Amino acid sequence: DVPTPWGVYFQDSATPNHEGIIELHDNIMFYLVLILCLVSWLLFSIVKDGSKNPLPHKYLVHGQTIEIIWTILPALVLLVIAFPSFILLYLCDEVISPAMTIKAIGLQWYWKYEYSDFINDSGETIEFESYVIPEDLLEDGQLPLLDTDTSIVCPVNTHIRFIVSAADVIHDFAVPSLGIKIDACPGRLNQVSALIQREGVYYGQCSELCGVAHSAMPIKVEAVSLKEFLTWLNEQ
Amino acid sequence: MYIQRWLYSTNAKDIAILYFIFAIFSGVIGSTMSLIIRLELAAPGNQILHGNHQLFNVLVVGHALLMIFFLVMPGLVGGFGNYMLPLLIGASDMSFARLNNISFWLLPPALVCLVASTLIESWAGTGWTIYPPLSGIQAHSSPSVDLGIFAIHLTSISSLLGAINFIATSYNMRTNGMSYSKMPLFVWAIIITAVMLLLSLPVLTAGVTMLLMDRNFNTSFFEVAGGGDPVLYQHLFWFFGHPEVYILIVPGFGIISHIVSTYSKKPVFGEISMVYAMASIAFLGFLVWSHHMYIVGLDADTRAYFTSSTMVIAVPTGIKIFSWLATLYGGSIRLAVPMLYAIAFLFLFTIGGLTGVALANASLDVAFHDTYYVVGHFHYVLSMGAIFSLFAGYYYWSPQILGLYFNERLAQIQFWLIFVGANVIFMPMHFLGLQGMPRRIPDYPDAYAGWNYVSSIGSVIAIISLALFIYIIYDQLINGLTNKIDNKSVVYSKAPDFVESNTIFANNSIKSASIEFLLNSPPAIHSFNTPAVQS
Repeated sequence: DVPTPWGVYFQDSATPNHEGIIELHDNIMFYLVLILCLVSWLLFSIVKDGSKNPLPHKYLVHGQTIEIIWTILPALVLLVIAFPSFILLYLCDEVISPAMTIKAIGLQWYWKYEYSDFINDSGETIEFESYVIPEDLLEDGQLPLLDTDTSIVCPVNTHIRFIVSAADVIHDFAVPSLGIKIDACPGRLNQVSALIQREGVYYGQCSELCGVAHSAMPIKVEAVSLKEFLTWLNEQ
Repeated sequence: MYIQRWLYSTNAKDIAILYFIFAIFSGVIGSTMSLIIRLELAAPGNQILHGNHQLFNVLVVGHALLMIFFLVMPGLVGGFGNYMLPLLIGASDMSFARLNNISFWLLPPALVCLVASTLIESWAGTGWTIYPPLSGIQAHSSPSVDLGIFAIHLTSISSLLGAINFIATSYNMRTNGMSYSKMPLFVWAIIITAVMLLLSLPVLTAGVTMLLMDRNFNTSFFEVAGGGDPVLYQHLFWFFGHPEVYILIVPGFGIISHIVSTYSKKPVFGEISMVYAMASIAFLGFLVWSHHMYIVGLDADTRAYFTSSTMVIAVPTGIKIFSWLATLYGGSIRLAVPMLYAIAFLFLFTIGGLTGVALANASLDVAFHDTYYVVGHFHYVLSMGAIFSLFAGYYYWSPQILGLYFNERLAQIQFWLIFVGANVIFMPMHFLGLQGMPRRIPDYPDAYAGWNYVSSIGSVIAIISLALFIYIIYDQLINGLTNKIDNKSVVYSKAPDFVESNTIFANNSIKSASIEFLLNSPPAIHSFNTPAVQS
């Protein structure tokens, strides 16, 4: 949801996409750590023995078999990594009949959100802007550079589609806990989906250099129950 | 006299020395910028820049451009390439001596352009990638960005001319018997680098020129309002940008190969396969550019292609690492400073390569893109790959180049300081990245404070090591001669092994895979009176 002090791992996940990312990461890391251990052990033992060795084996300059092995074996490991990676890639890419759509537009330096599926009494779509809360206005418990004055409110267990674009320079809509990161590029509409599985507040930050206040345009997503969401919707 | 020798120089060795001086000069500026960046990020809130976030962005741009275009490329390619490539192939100079002169002398004006861009109006805080529309006329209206583009133009011309020169030299000026299969690996590394430069730089030049037109002459290549597309720029930039990172590391591969072989008294294991590995890394480097753009909204099939082609690069890289290990295996290893750097390179470059495999996955990249994980990754392969090989090359060849020995003990202290420092800086960045801290932010939420603080401490350690390095050069130049007398540390680093480590064994006559150490030290202006013969 939020980064934690001295954290060395992913933020807690709230969507299947992010679950998938964590699982794939652990999966890949297993092979990578194995390879690193192998290489550093080889390096260590070779250097240790070699430092005491007065007579070098000068004629040891090639070996067909070992070279084939160290070409084929990494290729196989890569194959083993690639398949789950592709599966996750295509799974995350699917956006099938989302229940609601939220439009996020990046501007220097704030976000504008539109709920195009809903209209208010005067017949306009619901839209609002979201600014970071400046340091001197922070209340107790609010997080500097993460908390915003308004936030995206959305229901849990609902297929939500985010449509992301920008109005001036390139921004990036990223919420780590939801496994979302997509460029907000002027002139383009990008879409990502999220199925938030638990209630909570999820923070993200703009992830593409967008100028002076790049660090001060966070994203705050509040996931609430459907009932609360409807109440919130009525207030808009 | 001095003007004759240095300003009008057409001698590859003198030009190489100029390249070194230039590289060290820019390297000092770039490192200082990195220190300022780390000090600003040492704790949340405004530290030393008084909340001037544009200045922070400018420092980030400056650090990247200086390190890439003004330190590593002049140092590894211009410096070691110019000095060592002719010697290693038995040529007395580069093929086009005057071209060589202009390709160096384009660099100082480039540096002037870059520095000037930080002096006028509101500077260029665009990231070294200068993505439009942020670098466009609306978001950055000052001519700073134009000056930055000119700086890139000038370095590009410089590198392009240098690349042509290297290719022509190694094609035409190899000595008798020096067939391609017998060429030392560093020469191969420089040729491959030169080919990559030749093919990728024009694309960058085209890209930034289009940007310049957009800014000043009302074109709209990247202007959405005029029907352009900012993503086109990213494709053009990274089509250059990815080969560029291999341009930075491949000469390092060559240097490390020489050092590993010399200090384990064995020829390089699988020399031909090393050449093919470098060549395929270079070739594949042109096919993977969009892995820098996984999140711009590419089609899933495109991302799948770039994921697979990127992962394929791990195979030739693995071949190189294993071949170096096999070179060490069974060798008689001497842990002199260049060798320490080479071994550290092997270990740390492996770490960087492995995080690279993780980043290659488009699905994982959603979590990692534009976070500190990426920063950690590319500093492991460049700071601890390219820069370590630069240090290694300096300690390996500088006694031969200068005829003066450095203080071995100080150099070992310098190595351990930078080894510890660099790891303390960059290892925590992986943790920050996993936690989701975005790149290029001048201020961050409080939770990231811990690891950032550790990282900043590492930065101070590394800077101390760099200061020590400057002193080592000073000491080498001033007191180096006395080091030649029976000093234990000199005897230790003195280099009788080169000759016996190389292919003396086939016949009895003296010949070696690399002949630079058979010449007198420092090498004469016109290195060879009669052509050397490679059997």
